[in-house]
Parts: sequence; structure tokens; C-alpha cells
Amino acid sequence: MNKQNGIDLSYFPGCSLDSTAIENNLSLLSLFNRLGFNLIELDDWNCCGSSSAHSINGEAAFYLGTRNLSLAPAGRPLIVACPSCLLRLREAQLKLFNDESARREYEKMWGRPVDPDLEILHYFELLDGKDLLSYSENRVKRLEGLRFVSYYGCMLARPPALRYEEKYHGLMEKILSSMGAKPLSWPYLSRCCGTFLSVARPKVVTGMVNEINRGAKDIGADCIITACAMCHLNLEVRCSLKQKIPTLHFTEILSLGLGNTEHKGWFSRHLVDPRPLLRSMGLI
Amino acid sequence: MKTNVNASPKDLITVNDMDIHFADEVVRHSGANLNKCYHCMTCAGGCPFSRATDFAPNSVLRLVQLGLKKEALECSTIWICVGCHTCSIQCPMGIDMAAIMDTLRHIAIREGAAVAEPDILNFHRDVLHSIKHHGRTHKLEVMLRYKARKWEWFSDLAVGIKMLAKRKLHLRASKVQRIDVIRKSFQPQPIRVTHE
Repeated sequence: MNKQNGIDLSYFPGCSLDSTAIENNLSLLSLFNRLGFNLIELDDWNCCGSSSAHSINGEAAFYLGTRNLSLAPAGRPLIVACPSCLLRLREAQLKLFNDESARREYEKMWGRPVDPDLEILHYFELLDGKDLLSYSENRVKRLEGLRFVSYYGCMLARPPALRYEEKYHGLMEKILSSMGAKPLSWPYLSRCCGTFLSVARPKVVTGMVNEINRGAKDIGADCIITACAMCHLNLEVRCSLKQKIPTLHFTEILSLGLGNTEHKGWFSRHLVDPRPLLRSMGLI
Repeated sequence: MKTNVNASPKDLITVNDMDIHFADEVVRHSGANLNKCYHCMTCAGGCPFSRATDFAPNSVLRLVQLGLKKEALECSTIWICVGCHTCSIQCPMGIDMAAIMDTLRHIAIREGAAVAEPDILNFHRDVLHSIKHHGRTHKLEVMLRYKARKWEWFSDLAVGIKMLAKRKLHLRASKVQRIDVIRKSFQPQPIRVTHE
């Protein structure tokens, strides 16, 4: 991370951005660097517990979440990129907030205070309301001509306990259309991608993923833009259609839209190569 | 979802061995009041996994409401459900279905119920094994352990190779330095004091 005079924020990448979606991580760091933020990775962060911890070991899910929260320095918002990690961390925080004795117990366990007022934000919240085109040289609309569908997946959805928190649907469409791209309306905006069933029940997930991919193709989209690294992997890895549609992380297309030219190791990691499309648009 | 238009008496669920405390137990553990459910079936229509499950979400709640503990704990739905919240967002009563499914899985494990989807339970165990050993999920290891148990080395081989070639799977696990703390915290209660 470079140390410009940007705003310091804590950052939780999560296991997907650390492995299967490194391109999401790289493009996110590059994007926020451009926007004037220093994302400082939480020191020695651990897995949020993913779907498995809360499924079979509620205790583990809770302490994995609380340890991450205890690592966050006070007074600095914690930025999360993965919608699933975000949900797990917020649930852990909500539980600590509502249970003073549990909080004391966990503070004793980690040997550190856990800030109950820690602001946990999805990176979308940093983008909302910003005139992003002003970060593009001469306000050039580089995405002119790109027809896309937004795919938020299910994880930006909320359990009832968190239902009054901010929702982000529409944000990707708003931002990318300000750069000239054309959002198409489709019914799979927040359809679940099948998540971990991709391993244990691949056939079920292939059916779901093909339906989503077909939906994007039928409406004439050039690509699918995803908000979630897990969704991105499933859409690529479990699609069995002959003609596959490129799927891009929101951070990738946004970076290109702002005129970023350094994208080494981003698109080569995609299973469905988006480079022909991006070249034809003059983006790479 | 199974629908049997020619149901014979032996297909019907008997309600005379119901557990009257079961619903209370699930409500207490999940914090979700499933007794609010009046079976409008919005969740059943919206569930993206309905083709893969044996009971619709509201039907699982019905089993619980009726105290049919064995049927509820042994159904496949509680394992297939990934907690995508599609149902609870659409639910007019705002019932937290994912929390109820979590609770039913926990009770099923605790009481040694017959697990309808052992592969899915094993997958979860593989993920937790990885977290316990590295502090993070090592996806290659999770996949290999899962395949090894099933003796299915060749299913998904092409996918695995493609992911390795695209550097989406890493040979070495990303590790938490204070793995001792993570491991200790996986030990059963009471919570130990483990200052970092």
C-alpha cells in the first residue's frame, strides 16, 4: 500500500479475495487508492466462519467474528469487500451489542477491548453519492456502449434482524451509467448463486448458474457485473453453457472506467476470458 | 418438492408422537418466532432451491409447529438451505428462516439425528477443519479432503485443474499467525482466557 495523504481505513479482505478472487482484491485496492483512501489490512485477520461455521457450530461463528472485530483499531471504519463476511461480522457485532456479558467475556478472551460502535461498511458505502466521473481524466465516459446486467447476489440481502440497514441495489447501475454504460433490467439481480453447494451439489448449482447466465445473454448483455466474489466464482466455474458470457467484478470495470491502465493479473485469472470484450471496447 | 397425488395412508405423517416442546425450543434458540407463520407459502414460491429440497421452507415450519421433531430434523431442506434470505425478505411476517434452519441443523447434530445430506455436513466439517488449522479457509485442501472422503478423485478434476491454472487455488494455505488462539477457541466451553 502506498502512503499518500489519503484517508486511513481498516480493511477486511476475507478468504475469497485472498485466494479465488485475487483479481477482485487487486482491483479494489487500486480503485480506492485512486479515490484517495488507504485501505489498511486488519493485522492477522481470520476467516469470518463462512457459511459452514454458523451452519454447524454457532459458537465458532461467533468467536471467529468477534476476534476480527477485536483486531480493528478504534475510531477507524472497517471496510469489508465480501458480502458474506460483512453479514457475519455485522451479526457478531449485533450480538455483542445486545449482550453486555458476552462482550465482556470475549474481551477477556481476546485480551483486547472490542469497540461496540465500530463502523463496519461495505465498500459500496464509500462510493455512494460520489461523483466518480470526476476521478476520470477530462470526465471521459469510457464505458460508452457497454451493455451490462448487475448481479448483487443474495448476500447483500439481509436477515430480518439487519433489515433496516442500508441496501445497495441500484448503486452499480447508477455509477456505471454515469460513465456511459447501459444497465439492462433483468430478473436475476439478487438471485442466489448456490454458494457452497457448488462443492457438495454441483448439479443443483449448475442449473441455477446456467439460468442466470442465460438470462443475461437473452437480454443482450455484454457482461455480468458482480458485487460478490463467491458469486463471481460460481457464475464462471459452474456454467456449462457453450457460449459463456464474461463476468466482471464491479471493482474491475469501475477501475477501467476511470481510466486505469494497470491491470496485471486481473483478467488472466478469469475462467471466462473477458479480454476480447474489453479490447473491443478499447478499455485494455 | 415431492408431491404425491396418489398418497396412501402409509405416506401420511402421523401426528400422535409429537413433541409439544419442540417448537418452543426452536423459537428460543433461533430467536425467530415461527408461530407467526400462517403458511401463505411466499417462501415456498421464492426459494431458489425448491427443486432440490424435500420440504418447502414453510412446510419445515409446519413440521416444527406440529412437534414432528424427527421429520423436521431428518429432512433435506435444513441442509440444502444456504441461508440466502430470499424467503425472509419476502416473508410478510419477517420470520428469520435462515436462523431457524441453523437451529434445526444444530439440534440435529446435537441429538444425532439421521442427516439427510451427509455430503453437505461433511463439507461444512472440512471447512471448519481448515479454519481450525490455518485460521482461514484453504480451498484446495477443503476440496481435496471432500473428494478423498468420497473416493471421487476424478469428478471436478477438470474444474480443479482449470482453477489451479488460473491461480484461483493455491497450493499453500494462507495462515493466521496466532493460530494457537484460533485452535484454543475451537475447544468446547467454558471459554478460556487466552490473551494474545
